[in-house]
Amino acid sequence: MHRLTTLALGATLILAATGAAAQAPMVMPAAGATPIAGDAVYKAFHEQAGIQRIMDDFVPRITSDPRIKDRFATTNLDRLKLMLVQQVCYLTGGPCQYTGRDMKEVHSSLGLQNLDFNALAEDLQFSMDKEKVSFPAQNQLLAKLAPMQRAIVTK
Amino acid sequence: MLVAGLTALAGSASAADAPALFDSGRLLLTGGVSTVEGSGGGGLASWATITGYGTRDSVGANVHGTYVNLPDYELRAYGVAVGFYDRVEVSYTRQQFDTGSTGAKLGLGSGFTFDQDIVGVKVKLFGDAVYDQDRWYPQVSVGAQYKKNDKGAIVHAVGGKDDSGVDYYVAATKLFLNQSVLLNGTVRLTKANQFGLLGFGGDKHNDYSAQFEGSAAYLLNKHLAIGVEARTKPDNLGFAKEQDSYDVFAAYALNKNLSVTAAYVDLGSIATFKDQHGFYISLQAGF
Ligand code: HEM
Repeated sequence: MHRLTTLALGATLILAATGAAAQAPMVMPAAGATPIAGDAVYKAFHEQAGIQRIMDDFVPRITSDPRIKDRFATTNLDRLKLMLVQQVCYLTGGPCQYTGRDMKEVHSSLGLQNLDFNALAEDLQFSMDKEKVSFPAQNQLLAKLAPMQRAIVTK
Repeated sequence: MLVAGLTALAGSASAADAPALFDSGRLLLTGGVSTVEGSGGGGLASWATITGYGTRDSVGANVHGTYVNLPDYELRAYGVAVGFYDRVEVSYTRQQFDTGSTGAKLGLGSGFTFDQDIVGVKVKLFGDAVYDQDRWYPQVSVGAQYKKNDKGAIVHAVGGKDDSGVDYYVAATKLFLNQSVLLNGTVRLTKANQFGLLGFGGDKHNDYSAQFEGSAAYLLNKHLAIGVEARTKPDNLGFAKEQDSYDVFAAYALNKNLSVTAAYVDLGSIATFKDQHGFYISLQAGF
């Protein structure tokens, strides 16, 4: 057991040492992430029609969520929905292109906090639940969205 | 009473008009539950996550009560923990190790109970267990737990060197959303005998040793995680062998204000009484 703990200590220290190192810059698509490989997740979202239903539920949800609704006071919600359908279709591996603006460009001036980001993620979970998207598939999309926190949350 | 008060406070904290100081803004279960030593984590293992649901812009807090029923003993723990700005965690827990009728067999007297106070502090160094899905490294925190046992005379009688001690640990936690899996590994420098309940250091071994704690959890849905844990322990006392501990658990978060963790835990041999395994139940209320 002692060897195991020494090994674990070593591993933890290496993690600690390298973790803080700067990330190599990489070119991100405007959609904020590369798509999930294969189309299993896209299918789990019930394809284009399912993603459309999710966003039909999601947009009214975020614009009535007391935590974040004020953020969307001047937003063109039809465009937002269209862009979100494209983005999620693209990210889940569907046959779509995202034609919207870059995630950082769109959100950086909004002064968003982690609270906003997580509230929106919770709302999305509710909308995906409603569409009966399986939990593992939901998490695979969330794994693509979570790192966008760094581009979207600026405060 | 305290639990009810805190839950009421938490209820108002998550309401729409809540002051930003208590935003309950993190996702369900992402702060872990309360360990038997009061830190945020699993049941046995302290994790790198900061307890409570506060984001980096706010404060989260919780109280917990934990009960472990072993064949020859009972362990109770209750305490309070506060997470500041998803960066610093401070916790206080009181443990009661009740020897029940075993106390008489050990010559301590029936119902003899060891009490221990544990004050913990944890600081997140880097990484984010949830957001950093595109990075290989975990969230890493360092922590310390000051433990003070109230039965110094017994501790010395069984070969323990001290009735108080400090554990230091480094914890690494990572959520793998793609797999719906959470992994944690912690290395703890400690002299504690049976978590400190039998004191610190001993006649057989009196130096700090590095011990390992690991947790693996699978997220079944937003509310429910199941998993396993292992934790190694030192073996410092000559009179009784100390063994590593294990558990299997299910943690259910009703909402951000209330969670229940049920486990089956194996603590090995304790003070010559073998095979101490049994049910573990822990309630946590907070925001
Ligand atoms: C992973 C999280 C998020 C994703 C994937 C996302 C995605 C998008 C997309 C695709 C657009 C449309 C871009 C375009 O019009 O070209 C958009 C716009 C917008 N988003 Fe987000 N968003 C996220 C988080 C947030 C959060 C947390 C908020 C605030 C609570 C927010 C507020 C807005 C607003 C106000 C607009 C409209 C901006 C404008 O038209 O100028 N977003 N977002």
